[in-house]
Amino acid sequence: MKDTSKPADPSRRDFMSKAGATAGMAAVAPGVLLTSPAVARPADEKVTSDKRWGILIDTAKCASGCTACVSACETENGWGGESNTEKQSSDEQRAQWIRKVQLKEKATGHVTTLPLMCQHCETPPCADVCPTGASFRRADGIVLVDKHICIGCRYCMMACPYKARSFIHEDLKDQKPWAPRGKGTVESCTLCVHRVDEGGTPACVEACSSEGHYAMVFGDLYDDNSEISRQLEQHGGKQIRADLGLNTGVRYRGI
Amino acid sequence: MKLALNYREIEGKSTGFWVLLGGLGLLALLALGATLHMEHSGHYVTGMSNQIVWGMPHVFAIFLIVAASGALNVASVGTVFGKPLYKPLGRLSGLLAIALLLGGLIVLVLDLGRPDRLIVAMTYYNFKSIFAWNIILYNGFLAITIVYLWMMMERKMNTYYKPAGYVAFVWRLILTTGTGSIFGWLVAREAYDMALLAPMFIIMSFSYGLAVFILVLLAAYHWTDRPLGNAILYRLKNLLGVFVASVLYFVAVYHLSNLYATEHHSVERFILMDGGVYTKLFWIVQILLGSLVPLAMIYHPTIGKSRPAIATACALIIIGGIAQLYVLLIGGQAFPLDMFPGYEVSSSFFDGVVNSYSPSIWEITLGLGGVAIALLLVTIAVRVLRFLPESLDDSVVDPHAAKAD
Repeated sequence: MKDTSKPADPSRRDFMSKAGATAGMAAVAPGVLLTSPAVARPADEKVTSDKRWGILIDTAKCASGCTACVSACETENGWGGESNTEKQSSDEQRAQWIRKVQLKEKATGHVTTLPLMCQHCETPPCADVCPTGASFRRADGIVLVDKHICIGCRYCMMACPYKARSFIHEDLKDQKPWAPRGKGTVESCTLCVHRVDEGGTPACVEACSSEGHYAMVFGDLYDDNSEISRQLEQHGGKQIRADLGLNTGVRYRGI
Repeated sequence: MKLALNYREIEGKSTGFWVLLGGLGLLALLALGATLHMEHSGHYVTGMSNQIVWGMPHVFAIFLIVAASGALNVASVGTVFGKPLYKPLGRLSGLLAIALLLGGLIVLVLDLGRPDRLIVAMTYYNFKSIFAWNIILYNGFLAITIVYLWMMMERKMNTYYKPAGYVAFVWRLILTTGTGSIFGWLVAREAYDMALLAPMFIIMSFSYGLAVFILVLLAAYHWTDRPLGNAILYRLKNLLGVFVASVLYFVAVYHLSNLYATEHHSVERFILMDGGVYTKLFWIVQILLGSLVPLAMIYHPTIGKSRPAIATACALIIIGGIAQLYVLLIGGQAFPLDMFPGYEVSSSFFDGVVNSYSPSIWEITLGLGGVAIALLLVTIAVRVLRFLPESLDDSVVDPHAAKAD
């Protein structure tokens, strides 16, 4: 555990007061912080491995039939939904960055639902197998596809244990500037990297909280004071296909 | 006395030659058209999807690539293992290896989502990717086999052909290990994820490659009215029988290993019993028609001596090989990923269900186009260069056998 009583240095305090970054921050005494605020990384600053972004999903809080996280991702990143421009593709061919999965335990009949997306592995099989290095993992743990050097071989899709990736089967229109997509290349959940880099939260997590479910917690897995780390320490969390030893950034409770 | 071995270009003036050339050329053009359609519209016109990501083009491409390394075996038996009987076939063996590999690579590249970025694939390398290694292995194979052929065909370079043959032999083993590992190293999917796939692909290459070689040899000598003795033909077909039996052995070990591990029972049940088209293809086409029937034909005391029967057996082995790759590649993807053991899984993205796949005409045309391009290259090459001995009569290749007759 980090020493939480360590006073913040003056420049940092100064910055925070200027930025007015008070959300999610509880000060019990001057200079003593229980949680760290999300701070935007300046655009010219290199991404470092000081952080490891992750999401903790509590399946007990994930409401059956609720697809707020999926809809939010669709709207944010411009795939699927009402305005889906993948008109020609079949259901099997249309992209899905995040999906709700229903699990029924065979022995007990107990039903659980959870959102499933790119698990942002520490050692991602997609990046291992990618011949050109288009699939890569950022220093802060976000797994992305460089659309400029993806040749569309789909080997990453063969290698992903979570079926988290989609190939684009036709020309697309009306793309979001922060989420470029292209025919003949592969894409997947970016952990809303454009939001995260500005100190924000992925759209799915935000939507889940707006719906009042609070089933998803986003944060820095390396920061002992972050909400996600504290919850993981308290309740634990599981990785899907932990047997593969991929050390996923997305963790689950209740499965 | 042994007669001199003379290589000569085929005449290539008959109507049959032009019909063959035209037919293969037409297929290649159709494949080009299919590619343009797929790449212009996008892959939605194919049967491939986000569930079955590799389809018919990959089945053909991998068959051709695996067969390519196997086709080189005939030359290796002559050079590396020093069997004089095989030496006259070395040139055709090298040529066929190059042609099949090019045919396979063309299919693989033209199916890419962005084939226009081929230069990216050649300039950006992720050395942890077995796929990237395969790009190097394929290019190396082409270069080495061309040098090997040159040393075989250029009298001044003849002294060096043996070391070149050794390099080519070792390279081809590494190459097929790489091709098998494309699947063997996929930990996520239960039907793959087995180191055995690397040696299994090598033995598959022996079988597919030799079947293609014998078929091409029979056709070339029959159509050009050149003598082809029984000594060489029977030796080749008997060797093919050994390879087919070896593939069966590997297939048995593969399934028995999977069956021993309880966690793999469901995928085995799928392929061997409940998999519908995959089960039928496995038992009827791969095992029965593609392995057992040709084995019986090859070793039958009378049928095994008939040339049409040997040709039929080779064709069956090739069809069985394509079925084998279809079952492995497509069947392996059709079976759902097991992310949540002990749960019934459902979602909007086809989790927990067997994925369906029906190949489109475009994919099949592209695949057949690869075969056509390979055969077209061979046909043109034997017309312009001295690949084929004028005679492979027993008295030329094996005077000892000729005397015994």
